[in-house]
Order: sequence, then C-alpha cells, then structure tokens
Amino acid sequence: MNSVAYSNIMRFILLVGLQVSILNHINFFGYINPYVYILFIILFPVKNNRLLFIFLSFLVGLTIDIFSDSGGIHAAACVSIAYARPVILKFCFGTVYEYQSIKFNTVEFSSKFIYITLMTVIHHFILFSLEIFNSSIIILTLQKTLFSSIFTIILCVMITIIFSRKSK
Amino acid sequence: MQQIINFIIRNKTFLLFLLLFSISLSFTIQSHSYHKSKFINSANFLTGGIYNYVSNVNRYFSLKKQNDILAQENNRLKSILFNSKSTKNQNYIDSLSFSHTYKFTSGIVLKNSYSSSKNTLLLNKGSLDSIKEDFGVISTKGIVGIIDHTSKHYATVLSILNTSSKISAQLKKTNHFGTLTWNGISPYYTQLLDIPKIAPVKVGDTIVSSGRSSIFPKGIPVGTIHDFKLDAAENYYEINVKLFNDMTNIEYVYVIENTDIQEITNLLNPNKNE
Repeated sequence: MNSVAYSNIMRFILLVGLQVSILNHINFFGYINPYVYILFIILFPVKNNRLLFIFLSFLVGLTIDIFSDSGGIHAAACVSIAYARPVILKFCFGTVYEYQSIKFNTVEFSSKFIYITLMTVIHHFILFSLEIFNSSIIILTLQKTLFSSIFTIILCVMITIIFSRKSK
Repeated sequence: MQQIINFIIRNKTFLLFLLLFSISLSFTIQSHSYHKSKFINSANFLTGGIYNYVSNVNRYFSLKKQNDILAQENNRLKSILFNSKSTKNQNYIDSLSFSHTYKFTSGIVLKNSYSSSKNTLLLNKGSLDSIKEDFGVISTKGIVGIIDHTSKHYATVLSILNTSSKISAQLKKTNHFGTLTWNGISPYYTQLLDIPKIAPVKVGDTIVSSGRSSIFPKGIPVGTIHDFKLDAAENYYEINVKLFNDMTNIEYVYVIENTDIQEITNLLNPNKNE
C-alpha cells in the first residue's frame, strides 16, 4: 500500500514538472501542446477510494492551472474525466474491470489504446471549450481538441510502453 | 433528517464532483475578468521560483538571437542619437526618449505563452522593485502588455495576446484612436477596432499607442496595418494589425511607470477624491 502511494506521489511530481517546464512550451505549429499530465489520472490504481481519486485529480488540474495562469480550466477538465472514468473503464475493458482490478501493464494494447484515446479527447474538449469560452468559434475549439489530442495520445502511449514494468 | 444524510452519503461521489467542478468553473470565470483571479496566478513564491530556474537554463538557447535584437536596438538608438540636431525641442516620438514622467525598469520574461486565448507572461520583477498593477510593459520593438498581478519578486503580465486585454491605440499619421483587442487566432496579428470611417486608413500604415489610457506613453510602436474592413454597422473600421513584436520570442522587456498617474486620475475623477 505504501509503495502504491509513494509511486503515485512521484508520478504526480514528475508529470507536473515535465508538463510545466517542457511540454507547455512546445507550441508545435503555433498552438499544439500535449497535456501528458493526465497520465496521472489515467494510470491511477482502479481499486481505490473514489473520493480521494476525484480530489487528487482536482489537485493535479489546479496545480497545472496555477503554473499556467489559466483560471480553473485544467481542474474542471480533470475532475470531469476522473468522475467519468468508471464508465469509460467499463466500456473499454468490459468484464475484466468488473471482476478484478486491472493492471494496466497486463491488459491488451487495443483496449488500453481506446481507453487513453477516450479519456484524452474528453479532457481536451472540456479544456478547450472552457479556455475559448465562445461558442461562435467552435471550429477553433474542435481543431485545437483534435490536434492536441493526437499529440497527447501518441506521447501517452509511448510513455506507458517505455515505462511499463514487465509483470510476471 | 435521516434521509438527507442518507442521500448525501449515497451520492457523496457525485456531490464531491459537483463541488469541485463548480469551484474550478468559478476560478475559470473569475480569470476571464481583469484583476479578479486572486490566488490562481503564477506570481507566487513556488511557481515563480520554478520558472526562474527553468528560464535560467532556457535563456542559454536564445543568447545569439537576443544579442542580435540588442544590437539592432543599439543601432537604431545610435542612429537617432547622432542624427538629431536639436535634442531639446524634439517631440516624443521614440519609445525610449520620454521626459521623466515615465520611469523604466528592465525585466526578464520567465514564462511566455501565446498558444491559448488567455495569454500571460511572468516577469522576474515584483512589488519589491516597485512594480504595481496597471503598469505598461514594452519590449525593444513594441507593446507587450499590462501588469496584472504582483508578488514580492514576480509579476504576471496580461499580454496583448489575451482576449480580455484592451489597449488604446491610434494611427501614427493622424490622431484617430481605437481599441486594440485580440481575436485569439494568430499570435502575429491583433485587431484595432473603433477607428472612425472618416480616418485615412491605408495598408502598411503604422499603429502606435495613443497615450490616452495613461498607462503607455504616446507613440510606442504597435504594428502596421495588414488589412481592414468596415464593421457591420459600417461606421467604424476593423483593422488587422501585424505586430512589430514577435510575441513568440520575448526575453528582455521594460516596465513603464507613469509617475503622474495619481494626479491624472484625481483630475479625471474629482468626486472620488473627497
């Protein structure tokens, strides 16, 4: 239990540090930034206190917000995907989720990919709608969502592959 | 009573979600209005310190470019200095030759953003360097923004690339003035609104700050007219301004303090001064 808490605290600090020091300043083609810090929410242990999980997601979002002077948009998006995660997990992993706790290292790649994609797209859509806050330029919102999502998904999948521990 | 408590316990996840979501929404809405977002800004000890550290590393990668910019500016200033015959009677057309009403402080940009629709910068100067809210910020080439929040050692700047920033600007040739805003699309162009139809607007004309807001002195360069059209009511022009500043690459900036601002506001609002 302690090692789980420890590894999640480390993940929190490392992902937030990576996000604010490097990834927020990539600005690929002028506006595309990957938001890899949501890996913290994606990889959070499934069998765990849901209240704590939602609160930690809020905290992660708020930390990013303070660093990037963006009000509460990251916090709102993070809380939403944290709340919606059980539904998405059930959709992606089906019975595996219902009967035993998922180890993200051992599940099939395709369902893991769908899971990451869904979480990312929902997060980015809420994020950019709140950021732009103007329904008359919804095309810009969708465009930013699409391109940033692609970037985030690629990076997230790569990071999960590189850092996955081979379980026996 | 029992039922209410039962309801709360049954729906505690949803209620927590609702609570946190509304908190973050209220932060978001606060951040849309100027000077309102009290605690969610990067001008605090922790974030400022981290950005300072990161910027110390990043600054090495742009040394050559910044040197070029400084050399260009020196070149421009020297040509003005040696070509001016009578320095006494010169009007204040250049950005750095004002009378002592304006005090300049140089600063370094620690964090710059230009990809979102609410862009802010973080400077390494704060209230200990006598920097306060509503001071103007310019770079060697033109306007950058207005100071939004300050802490002891750091300050955030509301960039001109922020959809809620409004700065008074005018045509350089005539005194027709309007409001400089940003539509959130390209970091190289801003929009100048409310220029009356009667003004002689031409593509390529220079836009400068108007000095009406008493934040910026008159005549700080902003950009050139890229294209223009009449607005829906056909009374005012909407002008696309190509910025002189490359807002994506800003490192050394100057903070302008108008030392007469108290006097000016007192004069304009005599009723409030009792």
